[in-house]
Amino acid sequence: MATKVLIPLHENDVAPRFDLATEVLIVIGDGKAGSREKKTVVLPRASAEQLCHFIITEGIQTVICNGIEDDYYQYLTWKRIEVIDSVIGSIAVALLRLIDGTLKAGDIL
Amino acid sequence: MAKTSSHKVDPNAGDSAHAISSQSTADPDSPQITNLLNIPIDFFEFMDEIAIGVAILRLDRKIVVMNQTLKALTGFNQGNLFGVACSHILRSNVCLQSCPLLEPDEDFSPKCNDGNLINRDRQLVPIRITSAPLRSLSGKIVGFIETVEDIRLLRKPDETTLHAHKFNNIIGSSPEMEKIFQILPSLAQSDSSVLITGETGTGKDMMAEAIHQLSSRAKGPFVKINCGALPETLLESELFGHRKGAFTGAIENRPGRFRLAHNGTLHLTEIGDLPLALQVKLLTFLDDREVFPIGSGKAVAVDVRIVAATNRNLEQRARDKQFRKDLLFRLNVIRLHLPPLRDRKGDIQLLVDHFLNSLSSQLGKQRPTISREASKILMAYHYPGNVRELKNIVEYAVNICADGEIEPGHLPFYLMESSNGGVPVGVPEAASSLTFKTVEGGGPTANSSQDWPTIEKQMILDALVRTGGRKNKAAAALGWARSTLYRKMKHYEIH
Repeated sequence: MATKVLIPLHENDVAPRFDLATEVLIVIGDGKAGSREKKTVVLPRASAEQLCHFIITEGIQTVICNGIEDDYYQYLTWKRIEVIDSVIGSIAVALLRLIDGTLKAGDIL
Repeated sequence: MAKTSSHKVDPNAGDSAHAISSQSTADPDSPQITNLLNIPIDFFEFMDEIAIGVAILRLDRKIVVMNQTLKALTGFNQGNLFGVACSHILRSNVCLQSCPLLEPDEDFSPKCNDGNLINRDRQLVPIRITSAPLRSLSGKIVGFIETVEDIRLLRKPDETTLHAHKFNNIIGSSPEMEKIFQILPSLAQSDSSVLITGETGTGKDMMAEAIHQLSSRAKGPFVKINCGALPETLLESELFGHRKGAFTGAIENRPGRFRLAHNGTLHLTEIGDLPLALQVKLLTFLDDREVFPIGSGKAVAVDVRIVAATNRNLEQRARDKQFRKDLLFRLNVIRLHLPPLRDRKGDIQLLVDHFLNSLSSQLGKQRPTISREASKILMAYHYPGNVRELKNIVEYAVNICADGEIEPGHLPFYLMESSNGGVPVGVPEAASSLTFKTVEGGGPTANSSQDWPTIEKQMILDALVRTGGRKNKAAAALGWARSTLYRKMKHYEIH
């Protein structure tokens, strides 16, 4: 089944703050390594509300982020989106760990 | 943690009064400050005694060391933080928007910025960061020192705190809440253990935080741990800490929540779920004010106030031998019971107004009003999830409502089901004879004598008539996804 993952970006790392990210990476994959499609989206401005709206409209299933306020975390999980937060490190490693099934909240990669 | 060599300020620093040297007595891994006092002192212990958050950074703004206060403030109290970029741990808007350490010149002087950070508990905490250079003896900048202060207490009162019936974010004007508000300041000022009881969603955590903020420990850390969320062995390590090598996987010393809460308050939520073995350890702490980290025979004295909370009946659990009576007696010095929302119906309107204000501002929407009919439904409901459930209901309604007035159709359906089905206990008689308008108002009215499927079918038909048969708009008006509308239309055989 195709999975759609969103990661707020800060250079090549997971952005420290969900609400201050101006760039996101969207990865569409079929669950196997190597068969992925990536696109980077530049947001018009940093806003947690707009990013939540974007996540819903894009049909994202998993969000990997670092700092996120509880209101937005609860909102996204209420919308049945998996949120793996407090992830510190590069997006490449985060994605590899996600595919391995070993990525968890609070990981310092 | 970093090896000693990583902590040397300068090769010549051994001559300095403030040198951190590798001369070791107890722990060879731990750096020391020599020539300051008669005997060398442990650098980490020195840092941990400082009551505000302190971090030492390399020139590339990566962390060398963070003290316990900063770990407690950020919530990053485990894992090796050495070499991690400061902005990823602090998660402050200052780091991301106006980092003063980006391009420091040789004349760089200390800079102070107010901002906020998001801690591991996902709370937005207002902070003041002061950044200063660390210079070698020759005056060259070799790193930075950052102090981070929690300024929640210093914040000016704004519209969210100026509320006639509000006490430190807890809202209520009912006699039950007024009584609690009256005793809270004196209760907070005493240093005794507090046991907060009440059903889920009544605000036990907020009450614990209010007690901390109003106490003389307010400048110290407020550390929270859920006793029911972790397996026994992990919880023991989390609470009391462990020494490096104490068990497989213990690759570093870990302070534990008791030590992180030193000079502050430790909030133990779901204390009723604390395993019996740990109840004994907690009892020991309450008697001796000392904790024993796992793998260490040395007691560590900590000055911590315990505020425990539970939604369980501890007396009953004590009778069932699941909770130690002696621990109950020690925790039960001051007991605060938060009444369920159904016992303080007078607060519902106040809370609805508060949530409408705060949520509409959070969601960037115009504050909607609430119709009499919707208000009646809210007043009639019995709220098993208490204030938290009411907040979720209002959030749902604010999200769904598009026309500036919350009507019954904008409320979650289970409210109307319970209003009509007579499920709730203690629902006023008036609620059972409730008559309410369907979505968008003004349409044909549904009476409570009808069953729910009839009302729902009528609501769907009404929405379709109002939107000229446009299913997208009808679904939006009903607060449903289009697929839900199609499913229900099929169910009710509406073609």
